Amino acid sequence: MPTEHLVEINNVNFAYDKRPILKGMNMRVAKGRVVSIMGGSGCGKTTLLRLIGGQLQPATGSVRVAGQTIHELGHDDLYRMRRRMGMLFQFGALFTDLSVFDNVAFPLREHTDLPEPLIRDLVLMKLHAVGLRGARHLMPSAISGGMSRRVALARAIALDPMLIMYDEPFAGLDPISLGVIANLIRRLNDALGATSIVVTHDVQETLAIVDYIYFVSEGAVVAQGTPDEIRASALPFVHQFVHAEMDGPVPFHYSGKPYAQDMGLGEIGG
Amino acid sequence: MPRTWGWVKSVVKAIPDGLQALGGWAVNSVWRLGLESRFLWATLIHSGTSFRRFGLITREIYFVGVYSLIIIIVSGLFVGFVLGLQGYNTLQKYASEQALGLLVALSLVRELGPVVTALLFAGRAGTAITAEIGLMKATEQLSAMEMMAVDPIARVVAPRFWAGVISMPLLAAIFSIVGVFGGYIVGVVLIGVDEGAFWAQMQAGVDVFDDVLNGAIKSLVFGVTVTLTALFEGYDCNPTAEGVSRATTRTVVISSLAVLALDFVLTAFMLGGW
Repeated sequence: MPTEHLVEINNVNFAYDKRPILKGMNMRVAKGRVVSIMGGSGCGKTTLLRLIGGQLQPATGSVRVAGQTIHELGHDDLYRMRRRMGMLFQFGALFTDLSVFDNVAFPLREHTDLPEPLIRDLVLMKLHAVGLRGARHLMPSAISGGMSRRVALARAIALDPMLIMYDEPFAGLDPISLGVIANLIRRLNDALGATSIVVTHDVQETLAIVDYIYFVSEGAVVAQGTPDEIRASALPFVHQFVHAEMDGPVPFHYSGKPYAQDMGLGEIGG
Repeated sequence: MPRTWGWVKSVVKAIPDGLQALGGWAVNSVWRLGLESRFLWATLIHSGTSFRRFGLITREIYFVGVYSLIIIIVSGLFVGFVLGLQGYNTLQKYASEQALGLLVALSLVRELGPVVTALLFAGRAGTAITAEIGLMKATEQLSAMEMMAVDPIARVVAPRFWAGVISMPLLAAIFSIVGVFGGYIVGVVLIGVDEGAFWAQMQAGVDVFDDVLNGAIKSLVFGVTVTLTALFEGYDCNPTAEGVSRATTRTVVISSLAVLALDFVLTAFMLGGW
């Protein structure tokens, strides 16, 4: 039986003003899998998530989710599609004027006519899944960064989405919180029967939980494979990234004039 | 002589740059006006949710209206005091101090009530709206809302817009009432103008349609202007600390100038009988 793809990115080009970000990007995300998109800062990972969510439109190419081309959908159809997606933003993006409970209840209250006692039970179930049922009365200003992301995760899965997107879920977390979030990504994906896309540059944590990895550099996929294939890869870029080497295909120095010339020493060594 | 020519040369050289900057400013202003008009249109067509769930609007009325009450009441009282003093000082020269009530009421209802309330409203509620929406944008709360299939224009912008539009005329009315009371305290209680004349002249001279209704129309127009400017600047700002700060400043400057300019236009129409 052929693999069914939930997300298909076909030859996508995208630029902010005249600065090209994605150049002929191709990617497939199989249903039920946890797929990671890795690459250095500014390589277009978050842009890719925004294209999948329909917040940006490609200049050329197509982004298809569940068989529908996202940028061809009208306002109402796009919003219907987004109800089936959940997204975890880099720093949680919790609504600061709402409590933890109300943040998680927000999508349920907006999109369903469920009675309040049922919403309460659903919210407590979601909060229990991320281990924060006891923190439901707290305001976002009173919880840590790791807890914020767990609340945001509970909010992202409130409507049981088919696709969950994570934008740098590990950034700035302590090792314990990082392990908790990584574990939750895998467990929730399997428990909900969802598909997950994790945009990150935290290699080791990601390799432990995902099914497939795409490496992105300069707006295109430069390597892809399962965690084992990536660990064993001899590609210089992948090797530098996985082993956190300081210099390599991604240079340590930002391009500029030769050092000697900048120091007023003229040409050295011809 | 060579120095003079050098000066002329630099002026001639600067003219194209100056014209280019002026042209750029004009194009940018028209561009932003167009964007703001589209923003108003989007707000109006996405207002259905706000009226179906009126609680969203009443909550915002509490934040923009009720929180502005103190500054409006205190300012209204002091403006009334000053009107009482200045009015008496001028009128008594012509032995017309009985007309003090009329002078205070007409000044407040026609001009000072709507205009000063709008300026205070821009400073108090307008900046709060811009900063709140700007920060929601900077912290990706608006993006998160979009990704939850909740339109931020319908859920965040429209309730605040209608709250501002509803609150402004009410605040202007409160300002005028408190101002009249301030004029009464200074004129009648402290200076000793005849109380009967104070109220009778006011009752006889203030027309419901020509004065009160026109004042209400002004405050409604100012409410739309200030609230729309505050919302647009917040929604359109650069999502950084500096961007939010600039947007907040622009809200006060643009809405204050717009209120004063619109006041002139509306007054000209109203005095000309529309």
